[in-house]
Formats: sequence, C-alpha cells, structure tokens
Amino acid sequence: MEVSSAEAALSVSASSIRITDVTQDGDVLTFALTSQKLDSSAGVCVFRIYEDFDWLQQSLFSQENLPGLQGIIFPPLPSKALPSQSNTQTKALKQLGFLALGQDWQSYCKALEFYLQQVAAHPTLCKCKALDSFLFNSESPGKQRGRKGIFNRLSQAVEEMRKESHKDVDNFFQNERNKNTNLAALSKVATEKLLDVVMTEQKLALACGHFSTSLHLCVNQDDASAVAFSKVCLKLSDVIEAVKRNLEKVASNNLSTLGLGLDLESRYQEAEKEMLFRRTCKLIELETVKKGTEKAKANKREVLEAFQKAVEKEFNLISSVAKQEIERFHSSHVNVLKNFLIGWCEVQLNTAKEFAELYSQHLEACRNMYSE
Amino acid sequence: MPDLLNEPVEAPKSDVLGEPPVHRDAARQQDVFEDPPKSSSKSSSVKKAASSEMFGDDDDDEDLFKEPPKVVTKKPQPSGPPVDVFTEVKSDVKVKPQVKDDPTDLFAEEALTAPAPKPSAGSSSSRTNGVHSEEQDLFSEVRSNLHTALRGISHSVSLFFSVSFFHIKLEEEESEDKFDLNISITNPEKVGDGMNAYMAYKVSTQTSLTMFRSKTFTVRRRFSDFLGLFEKLSEKHSQNGYLIPPPPEKSILGMTKVKVGKEDPSSAEFVERRRAALERYLQRVVSHPSLLQDPDVREFLEKEELPRAVSTQALSGAGFLKMLNKATDAVSKMTIKMNEQDVWFDEKIQDVENEEQHLRKLHVMVESLVNHRKELSGNTAVFAKSVAMLGSSEDNTALSRALSQLAEVEDRIEQLHQEQASNDFFTFSELLADYIRLLGAVRGCFDQRMKAWQRWQDAENMLQKKREAEAKLLWANKPDKLQQAKDEITEWEAKVTQYEREFERISATVRKEVIRFDKEKARDFNRQVIKYLESLLHSQQQLIKYWDAFLPEAKAIV
Repeated sequence: MEVSSAEAALSVSASSIRITDVTQDGDVLTFALTSQKLDSSAGVCVFRIYEDFDWLQQSLFSQENLPGLQGIIFPPLPSKALPSQSNTQTKALKQLGFLALGQDWQSYCKALEFYLQQVAAHPTLCKCKALDSFLFNSESPGKQRGRKGIFNRLSQAVEEMRKESHKDVDNFFQNERNKNTNLAALSKVATEKLLDVVMTEQKLALACGHFSTSLHLCVNQDDASAVAFSKVCLKLSDVIEAVKRNLEKVASNNLSTLGLGLDLESRYQEAEKEMLFRRTCKLIELETVKKGTEKAKANKREVLEAFQKAVEKEFNLISSVAKQEIERFHSSHVNVLKNFLIGWCEVQLNTAKEFAELYSQHLEACRNMYSE
Repeated sequence: MPDLLNEPVEAPKSDVLGEPPVHRDAARQQDVFEDPPKSSSKSSSVKKAASSEMFGDDDDDEDLFKEPPKVVTKKPQPSGPPVDVFTEVKSDVKVKPQVKDDPTDLFAEEALTAPAPKPSAGSSSSRTNGVHSEEQDLFSEVRSNLHTALRGISHSVSLFFSVSFFHIKLEEEESEDKFDLNISITNPEKVGDGMNAYMAYKVSTQTSLTMFRSKTFTVRRRFSDFLGLFEKLSEKHSQNGYLIPPPPEKSILGMTKVKVGKEDPSSAEFVERRRAALERYLQRVVSHPSLLQDPDVREFLEKEELPRAVSTQALSGAGFLKMLNKATDAVSKMTIKMNEQDVWFDEKIQDVENEEQHLRKLHVMVESLVNHRKELSGNTAVFAKSVAMLGSSEDNTALSRALSQLAEVEDRIEQLHQEQASNDFFTFSELLADYIRLLGAVRGCFDQRMKAWQRWQDAENMLQKKREAEAKLLWANKPDKLQQAKDEITEWEAKVTQYEREFERISATVRKEVIRFDKEKARDFNRQVIKYLESLLHSQQQLIKYWDAFLPEAKAIV
C-alpha cells in the first residue's frame, strides 16, 4: 500500500500531544488532553475517558478500504485502569504492571500519551478521521459504540497456538517471527523483574521509615550523657530518613523511565506478534484455499481460482505492508529504548549525586557534633 | 556550691571526683571510703542543681527537638554536652573535698590528655573536654598511671570500629608516655572433626604497656576460653558493682553447621559474626581500667595454653540472661525500700529498663531492614540477568551492547546492596545486640547493689535482735550469758559498719560504672553512625561512577 503524500496530510503534530491532567471520580478517570494542529499555533484541549481511547483503537482496527490493514503494527493501548477501592494493589499490578505504580496515575497517563503520539506519527493511521475527532472534538466520541474490529485481544486457544507455529513461506518473516517471539518473552520478563526490584525498593524505604521513627523513642533528657546519646539517635534518625528518601527517589526514577520504557517495549513486541499472527493466519487461509483449488473438480475450479487469486493478493499486500512496518518498528524501537535508557541513566545519576552531597553533609555534621 | 556551678571550667584541683580510679590498690580505696556517707545526700541535690544549671546553660536541648531536617543548617556544637558532663561530675565531687591523695581524677585527666577537638572519626580516643589544657602542669607527676587507664578507655573505643587485622595508630601523639593496647582477633580455624570440632581464634595483642611481657604477642583461644574469662571476672568483681562486659552468645545451630563442615555462606557469616563479637568483647574488657589490672585478663592475652574452661554452660547467651533474670527475681522478692538519697539510682534503673526495651524494638527493625536489603540484592541480580538475555537477543549492535552494559551495572549495584546489607548488619544490628546485653549487665550491677543493701539491712536487724536479747537478759538478770550477748553485739556492730561501708562503696562504684558506660555508649553510637555514613557515601560515589560510565553507552545507540 503506497502512501501518497497528496492524500490528506497529517493534521496534528504528534509531539504536541500531551495528557496534562487526570481527575478521578469514583471509578472513572478523566484525562485532559491537549494537542496542536500542524497549521496552527493554538492548542486544543479536550477531555476523554478510557472508553474514548478504546473507541479510537477500535476505529483504527476497523478502517475500511485500507488494503493490507492487517499488516500494520498497531500501537498498543494500555489496559483500562480500575481505580476503585476494591481494586487492591496486587490486582492493579497484575493488570497494568508498572503503569499501576507511581503517584496519581502519572505513568498511566504517560503511557496513554505515547499511544496517541505513536498513532499520530504513523504514516497510515494518522489519516484516520477518528483520530481527528478524538483529538479535536469537544464532544467525546466514545458515546457511539464503535463496531468491534476483528483485532481484539487474541485468545490463546489451542488452535491459535498451532497456527502461531505454522511454518512460513518467507525466510524474512520466519526469522522475524522467531526473533519477535523471543524478544516479546524476554522483554516481558525484564519488565516483571524490574517491577520486583522497584517493589522491594519501596519496601526497604518503608522499613527505613519505621527505623527512623523508632529512633525517636530513645530521646531522653535526664543527664548529659543521655542528651548526648539522644543527639546521636536523632542524627541517625535523620540519616536513615535520608536513606529512605534516596530509595524512594531511586524507585520512582526506575519507574518513570526504564520501567515505562520496558513496559512499552514489551507491549509493542506483543503488538508486532499480533500482526505477524494475523499474517500467518492469512497464509494458512491461502494455503488451505490452494489445496482446495487443486482438489477441486473442473467446474468449480475457475471460481476457486479467482477466489485464490484474491486471497493471494490480500496476502501479498499484507506482507508488503508488514515488511515496511517491521523495518519501521525496528528503527523506532531502538530509538525509543535509547531515549528511555538515557533518561533513566541521567535521572539516576542526578539522584546519586544529590544524595552523595546530602550524606557528605550529614557526615560533616556528625564529625563536628562530637568533639573528641 | 554556687561557685562551682558558676565557674565550671576552672581549678578542678579541689573539685575532683572523690573516688580515685578503682584500679588503684585496696589501700587507696580504704582512704577514700572513710568519708562519712552523709555526703551522698548532698551530692544528689548538688547534682540536681547542676543538671538544671547545665540545661539552662546551653541551648542544646532545644536543638535536640528543633533539629531541622536539612543538615546544612545544623551548627556543630562541640562544646555542648561534654562540658556539661564535666560540670556535673565536678559538682558531684565537690561534696567530698577530703580526698586529696589523688588530686587527679578520671575526668580531670581526660582534660589533660584531650587535644584540640578533632573532626575526624578516627581520633575518637581522648575525652571530650578539650577545654582544660591549662591544668596539665598541675598533675604531671601522677599523670602516667591514670593517663594509661584513660588512654585505655579512649583507645579501646576507637579500636572498636576496625575489623581489620592491625589497627591504625591513634592520632594524638603527645609527649607523655604513649599507651596503646590493640587487640585483634583473626584467623578462625576449625580444629578437630565432627561434633568435637571447635573454632580456634588467633588473639593478637600489640601494646606498650609495661605490665605485659612483650610488645606483641599472639595466642590461640577458643570460644569457651572467652566464656571462662567472663566467669572468672564475674566471680571476682561483679559483687563489687563492676560492670563486667558480657560475652557473645553461644549458638548451637551456628556451631553445629560449622562442626558438620557445611561450607556455605551462612556458616562463613556466622564465624565472621562471632569473630567480630569476640573482638569487641575483649576490647571492652581491656578498656575497663580495673579489669585490665586483673591477672586473669593478662593471662588470657599472654599465656600459651589455658586450662580448659569448664562449667561455661551456665554462661552461654541464654544461660547468661537466665542468670541475670534469676538475680533480678531474687532481688524483687526482697522487701526493697530504698531511701530517697538514692533517687539517682531509682531513676537510672528505670532509664536502663526503658532503654533496653527501646533497643530491642530498634534491633527488630534493623533486622527487617537487613532482610529487605538482601531481598533487593537478590532481585537486582535477577533483573540484571534478564537484561543480559534481552541484550544478547537484540539485533542492533549498539543497543545490544548498551543492554549488556546495563546488565553489568545492575550486577555491580547488586554488589553494593550486598555490602550495604552487611554494613547495616554489622554496624547496627550487632551494636544494638551488644548494648541490649550490656544493659542487662548494668541491671546486674544494680542488683548487686541491692544485695549489698539487703545484707546491710539484715545485719542491722540482727544487731537490733541482739540488743533486744541483751536487754532481755539484763531484765531477766542472767549475768553469765550477758558477756556472750555483749560480744555478739560488738560482732554485729562491726558487721553493720562493714556492710554499710561496702554498700556505700558499691553504690559509688555502680554509679561511676554507669556514668562511664553512658559516655561510652554515646560515643560508640556516634562512631557507628559516622562509619555508616562513610560507607553510604562510598556506595553513592561508586554508583555515580557506574552511571557516569553507562551514560555514553546509552548515548551511543543509533
């Protein structure tokens, strides 16, 4: 599918899309969304709920007259967040992973933001009218229950598993499928392990907090030695408090940079997987039709041959779109990871420097406190 | 009295602590204790006055509670509490002006030896009061012995913190005789096989003290030897109210693992923990001026072969606590009604008990901290592996390399966490455990004092009974038994005097021991906090290095 630049141009600047605020009303999160059209300097602000995002995604899936649509790697939309009280943290973590952590849904908003940016930056998807109305209509489009596309979450039925491992006719795709399976699994694991690290960091910070508070128990003013000892205890309490803040900062850094990045990476690998699966399904369909055609009696053959040609054409279209998408995906995913890694490193470096300075000051104060 | 409080800094000559350092020979002690006991009542009231003066003087206590969270604004106050302590002690002493044989006292001596306050942690040693250097000339002739003892105290405190083989020379190089006694315990080696095996530790002493045969010497000792030393010291000195440092705990599980020969990290950790605990134990023993003079201590450090200590079962960790508790129970069964003079003791024992509870709570928290840290270390290692695998599956070379680098950074961070966990543990967990045991020993001192009091009271009662018996005899007119009755009265009168004197002596000793303990405790903890901060800082600096090295790798991805 060739994209001619003469067609409707991108109307929105992808990088200008921002989720600036989120409010919670019971179970419902409302997101404030701002973006800017390419040809104007004015920003537009709209309010959306999750269902609106879902509507957008479904609309993208179900675009008609878009040949090779199935070959597109659709930017992954995060799952719906359920902020209600009954949803314990464990459930939230299972459902959303990293996006459940962090203050005030920051990570979740960021993930939604990325989603929109990816859609707006996609050469084909950005042209979808639904995106325009999503971004610029003051009225929420989600009220119209969109048609469910055919691309809902793939269930892992046994049959699907069998299809997934169907041998490919094209080496390029076979390789890609293998690599993708591998990477998807590995990035999922890495995300989970990082989540474990962050959770433990938070637990440790909490333990430090308890210790720091308990040191206040030892304050006793009775005599000089008790005063001296109390001072030491209070000093230690301050130090442990600093350690706690350090851990919290480190955990939050991990969360907001690398955590987010790995989460995105992992979901994108899944998106690619879904695309490759769709193509594989088409391949199987094609092969089945071919076999049928071969076995067919002469009278039916012509019809079947025509049908086969149609399927083949579809398959080829999908494959060629897929190829482009794969290449685009490879270079962008490297870029995305690079930015996350740099961001992560910089923020951790700053935190380390900040706390080295703080510890150094505490040390100085301690040494001066007790002249000997 | 008012004079004293207004000029805390001057002429301590007459205001010395009544009791000379206890390690002096018995004759000395006798002189001291001829003082009339009534002075003790004055001392407590003076102390009270001193306390209020003390807290009125400086705004330290305000600082205590308004301590701002940001460290930068905190002003170091080196002359704060230490001066106050000095004041307190001197006011205490004022009431016993007769004792002039030893014009120098423990704390004046401190003044002499204290150099200008040093900022670095290593110079822990000398006493807190740097203000009294002008008194040096006055006490030069008696300086050496007491100097020795004090150096012992101060030096052992600094010894406390190094875990390495030989200790750094202390920084106050003064022109007087240099005292040092460095003890280190190293080379734990398993001797023997099976369940009869034991760990032998190398105990190395380095000293310039003349009471030892040589300057450096090494012996091998096993755990039961240490327990045996404690038992001997306890037998001899605890009834006089001395604070005998308690030995480390026995551990059946830990030792069994070692005996069975399990070569796993937990047995190695156990052995290291024990080695460090034994070292601290010995350092505390030798830092006690009186205990250091005990020949058993010298023998322990010097003698090639020690007779195998038996009956140390009772002195295992649990046994030790049981012993203490039995004593406490026995004491509480007595009808104790101490008179108001001893309000210091009343308050102190309450403080001690409260503190023990607090430290136990803190200990639990530190253990929890250590566990979480270990968990974090484990999780970090797992994460590092997962990133490494991700990196090796990645096609893009630069990204692949960056990911492998990331894995390596995380591995190093895991190392840091491990070290920090061990640091948390040894710095605080063991410190708290030590002090919980020590506070138990302090309680023991108080109990000994109670026992002495009870002995005295019992003698008084007996004397009373004898007098009544004599009166009865007089009334019943039985002159033949009268002489015996009179003899008994004389006998019991002497006992009463003796026990009363002993009680006074123990009270003074306990008080002094507790004061010394309190000071050391504050110093100990401060040291550990500094040590902890140093290691925290070091970790952070390492982290900075790692991140600095990683950043260009991340930026190089194309």
